[in-house]
Amino acid sequence: MREIAYREALREAIYEEMEQDENVFVIGEEVGRYGGAYAVTRGLIKEFGARRLVDAPISEASTVGLGIGAAITGLRPIVELMYVDFVPLAMDQIATQMPKLRYMTGGQLKIPMVLRTQGGTGRSAGAQHSQSLEAYCVHTPGLRVVMPATPADAKGLLKSAIRSDDPVVFIEHKALYARKGAVPEETCTIPLGKARISRSGSDVTIVTYSRMVLIAEEAAGALEAEGISAEVIDLRTLSPMDMDAVSASVGKTKRAIVVTEAHKTAGMSAEIAARITESNWTDLTAPVVRIAAKDVPVPATHLEKLSIPSVDEIVDAAKTLCGE
Amino acid sequence: MTQKDATQSAGLSEPERVELLRTMIRIREFEDMVGESYLRGHTAGSMLHLSVGEEAVAAGIVKAMAPEDVFTTHHRGHGVFLARGADPMRMFAEVFGKSVGYCKGKGGSMHIADIQLGHMGANAIVGANIPISLGGGFSLKYRDVPGVSVAFFGDGAINQGVLYESMNMAALWKLPVVFAVVNNQYGMGTRVDQASASLAFAERAETFGVKGAEVDGMDVEAVYGAADALLRYSREGNGPSLLVANAYRFYGHGRKDPSPYRTKEEEAKWKARDPIALFRDRLVTEGVITAERSERIGAEAVTEMEEAAAVAVTQADPAPEELYTDVFAEEL
Ligand SMILES: Cc1ncc(C[n+]2csc(CCOP(=O)(O)OP(=O)(O)O)c2C)c(N)n1
Ligand SMILES: [Mg+2]
Repeated sequence: MREIAYREALREAIYEEMEQDENVFVIGEEVGRYGGAYAVTRGLIKEFGARRLVDAPISEASTVGLGIGAAITGLRPIVELMYVDFVPLAMDQIATQMPKLRYMTGGQLKIPMVLRTQGGTGRSAGAQHSQSLEAYCVHTPGLRVVMPATPADAKGLLKSAIRSDDPVVFIEHKALYARKGAVPEETCTIPLGKARISRSGSDVTIVTYSRMVLIAEEAAGALEAEGISAEVIDLRTLSPMDMDAVSASVGKTKRAIVVTEAHKTAGMSAEIAARITESNWTDLTAPVVRIAAKDVPVPATHLEKLSIPSVDEIVDAAKTLCGE
Repeated sequence: MTQKDATQSAGLSEPERVELLRTMIRIREFEDMVGESYLRGHTAGSMLHLSVGEEAVAAGIVKAMAPEDVFTTHHRGHGVFLARGADPMRMFAEVFGKSVGYCKGKGGSMHIADIQLGHMGANAIVGANIPISLGGGFSLKYRDVPGVSVAFFGDGAINQGVLYESMNMAALWKLPVVFAVVNNQYGMGTRVDQASASLAFAERAETFGVKGAEVDGMDVEAVYGAADALLRYSREGNGPSLLVANAYRFYGHGRKDPSPYRTKEEEAKWKARDPIALFRDRLVTEGVITAERSERIGAEAVTEMEEAAAVAVTQADPAPEELYTDVFAEEL
């Protein structure tokens, strides 16, 4: 199968959906002429023109609000926030408007909208451009939250997100854009809400998502050399969370490690660990282990790496859990 | 545009003028009745913001709107929605938390809406509906529909950042958006001049490239004239506008608020210019209707609202399962 980069996979998804549905448009800062801060939308303005690749002013709240209004009235907006760090600027629209208007109106309004953004570390971008704020959105009922790790998932999930009749927050990872992976030539969608077993194993389950899947895979490779068989589950969609997949895996391995690039306190790792405890309490041979970002603002330069989970941490935790 | 021009451009027929009066009276009676129901404990929610005193703004602007137009309102939006053709029974039912309410009883007073009537939602976050209406205007233009998107909001929203973001974008892309400011002089207990250093709101808009106008919000025909001119301007592809309609909130912020922050003299001064009395007297003086007919319209509105409320109050509450529906359009 051909290999393309994560950003190209995303671009293909947007291109294909825009081509087959006139109501799909992209709006965001620098998405048109500049081609996107991370080049995801590069070239699309040549194909679709400025009417459908709308360069927004630096006005995050109103850009998200515009998307909501356009969605209510029949369009399918893809709104890009350049960084997930800018979610708080538009938080009212994201948390208090987008996910609630349908419910408050007794199901009258449909908000088929994708909020695309990107987060995470990896570029030493400093504390204000490296955050992992997915929990802000997962905390809010009425939003779907997707965080793909591979090019194939990026494409297939983005296509499903665009076709979804509900608001989807689609969080890409800045350190994954250039990574290549196999992506089928033919059009294919991947359903929202389904996890993926990215590596099978029998001794310990590592539950993670987005770029941490790569770190977990690396750790699983190292563990195999030491005779420990780790299963890696890539959640892909955080809301709703595919607990059936997680629970089946932990039922088999009896041990669970949760790895997130987001902060530990009151973050995604706490939610996932709590759910595993609820669903697999009697299976577990030990408490669920959480490996998450240190509870400090993300530092720039070489300190950045120290603030997020490492392969070694995962390996050590797995060895301890498995009694070595 | 001066207020005088606006009045002169109204040009409504006699039946239209009578209907405009009827709309205002119906709004007044609905609001009074829903306020009574609230005091009697029939309403499900604890919040009730009435638009008594602002009837001319709602009736006048909505009169200038076309069927294909869309709109959002703030938390004080009953009047606008009634003017647009809402069924009072379903409005009462929504405020009473009944399943036949416009939003199945899940929205309540501050969120009554009907997308079939172009209502994109009543919003309880001050200013938040403004960008959503911006999106409505974007969508109309994108889809080449000749409609206009109207955002109704109060003077309190004038200092929210999203208004300025949205005015800029609406002007930048020449979107058919009308920013309709219902200036009732107060945001809760804060008088408009205690919140805004400059009260030249129409001029503020002009600096954004948004056509600005200000009108006497107690004179329904002046409001209609001004709104009609601005909606026409937007409909013809000239871009957005902002209309400041100066009115007064006759009740407190909520139904039970005794408004200790304003003087009785001030209230009396504004109530002397009651928009309904003002227009009724004009129609009677000009021989358009008789005093008896106007009283009959009033009596009909009272009966209509009493009956609507009586029907609504007997309706079923939503089934417990409804708690979980309408979160998403699609199950996963
Ligand atoms: C963002 C936000 N801040 C504060 C409030 C609380 N609040 C509700 S109504 C209101 C006053 C609004 O005044 P205005 O916009 O003039 O509308 P009015 O009530 O006068 O119709 C305030 C402060 C809110 N609902 N939303
Ligand atoms: Mg006010």
